[in-house]
Amino acid sequence: MKPVRVLVRRPWRAAAEASALLVAAVVAFPLYWMVLSAFRPAGEIESDEPRPWTLAPTLDSFRRVFGQQDFGRYFLNSLLVAGTVVIASALIAFLAATAVTRFRFRFRTTLLILFLVAQMVPVEALTIPLFFLMRDAGRLNTLASLILPHIAFSLPFAIWMLRGFVKAVPEALEEAAYIDGASRTRFMWRILFPLVFPGLVATSVFSFISTWNDFLFAKSFIISDTSQSTLPMALLVFYDPDDPDWGGVMAASTVMTVPVLIFFVLVQRRLVSGLAGAVKD
Amino acid sequence: MSGTPAGAVRRTRSRRGPAHGTPRPWPDRSLPWIYLAPALLVLGGLLVYPVWQLGLISLLEYTQAQVSGGEPTSFRGLGNYRELFGDEQFRQVLLTTVLFAAACVGGTLAVGCGLAVLLTRVRALPRLALMLAALGAWATPAVTGSTVWLLLFDPDFGPVNRVLGLGDHSWTYGRYSAFLLVLLEVVWCSFPFVMVTVYAGIRAVPSEVLEAAALDGASQWRIWRSVLAPMLRPILAIVTIQSVIWDFKVFTQIYVMTNGGGIAGQNLVLNVYAYQRAFASSEYGLGSAIGVVMLLILLAVTLGYLRLLRRQGEVL
Repeated sequence: MKPVRVLVRRPWRAAAEASALLVAAVVAFPLYWMVLSAFRPAGEIESDEPRPWTLAPTLDSFRRVFGQQDFGRYFLNSLLVAGTVVIASALIAFLAATAVTRFRFRFRTTLLILFLVAQMVPVEALTIPLFFLMRDAGRLNTLASLILPHIAFSLPFAIWMLRGFVKAVPEALEEAAYIDGASRTRFMWRILFPLVFPGLVATSVFSFISTWNDFLFAKSFIISDTSQSTLPMALLVFYDPDDPDWGGVMAASTVMTVPVLIFFVLVQRRLVSGLAGAVKD
Repeated sequence: MSGTPAGAVRRTRSRRGPAHGTPRPWPDRSLPWIYLAPALLVLGGLLVYPVWQLGLISLLEYTQAQVSGGEPTSFRGLGNYRELFGDEQFRQVLLTTVLFAAACVGGTLAVGCGLAVLLTRVRALPRLALMLAALGAWATPAVTGSTVWLLLFDPDFGPVNRVLGLGDHSWTYGRYSAFLLVLLEVVWCSFPFVMVTVYAGIRAVPSEVLEAAALDGASQWRIWRSVLAPMLRPILAIVTIQSVIWDFKVFTQIYVMTNGGGIAGQNLVLNVYAYQRAFASSEYGLGSAIGVVMLLILLAVTLGYLRLLRRQGEVL
């Protein structure tokens, strides 16, 4: 698909491109500053005249971060929580989206509306009942207390988004598969699943982000066993509001942001086409 | 939606006879429910049930004494709500939250839509640059973004004050400048979703339609208003609703950037307020009541918006 560029007159395009580059620079600046500060020697960050470069890049801050007890563990915990949520919610949402698009059954519309309404529930408001739920189930201070709620919160949006992708797969294809002797399960996993995979990637971005970002649940549910904590909490070890260790904070921030950046760049194309597929519906 | 695949399959199968097909262990009628079972189980247990519990706790006297079993749980009816709405600070926080969320949503949508249109006007290279920068901001976790913006605006060694010549002006000290700082961070990390989605939506509009409109002599503004905007309305609905939901319940940014709600609570929003009441002061009943108020406001806003869309002829 070609972008709609036909309508632009030439002098305008030059101005548009200049402003696009300028905006890109402004938007990227905080990230640049974060990485820069992570590599700065301690004295340089706290200088009155901040320069937008460094003459003596050092790994000191990173050493301090990884020397911090359990930081590697926090990192693995975060990966484990986000990875489990992404995979589980993608699979569950795929099954549910297939059910609501390729079958007609009673309460189908009711369910769809319920999934839509479920998206509006402010999950943070559920911190209190979830806290008691996890406590009664003996799951406080475990990664499960972070994984399970995030699966639930990712689902409604994922189902709605995937619906468009499942719908876009022609029914003739399904019939052809059955004529060729494929079972329903075989059709689901061998034909439908690869076809809606771009949609799964797009939805996984959302579940990954919201889980990787989670601060409130980690703060509320992981209270005594800090070895079960996640990166956002680890970051705050270095951030004392009165006297922050900026080098440590920025190094930890860099470590925390880079995996997401890599993930985003990897799925970039699929994300855009995925959103396009979801909105076309 | 046209046709039912299930029906089509049944026909095909019967013609071929059961001998060729794989045996179907479940009848077709229950199959969708089997597919739905995991989703319904998870949503029922971890969303619907907690919502019910939230409502229940909000009607109880539920503080540390009751949680530890020292005192019996007592039913307060609407007592928690009466206490909340009689409290000057809560009314203040409620109003602040609504205004702050509205400003964030407005800013996010304006920046996101504006840049989406800009993206359609530029060649591949500037487009890629802007797209990558936006993906970077999007990928930045809320905690990380909060601390980075604090450093950027630090009174002593942040580059922003140097460039703007503000000396050692502290952004987090004043109520409005602290909110402004948080707002900038929120817009920074949430406009990319709007930009990418709206851009994807514009790209999905067939260029023939736009060329035809241009050939008919429609102005740029006219094309935007009469051709693009109606076609984009469902997308705008999605991004608006998502932005409202996200911005109304901002927690991390306020908590980190204003150190738990600002000096003397001047930067509290509902979510942080509820957290402080529930987990810091162990007033779980009151905290739950705040949660219910948030839930109701979000439901009202979104349902109202959906009705408006439906009246305009959009089916979501």
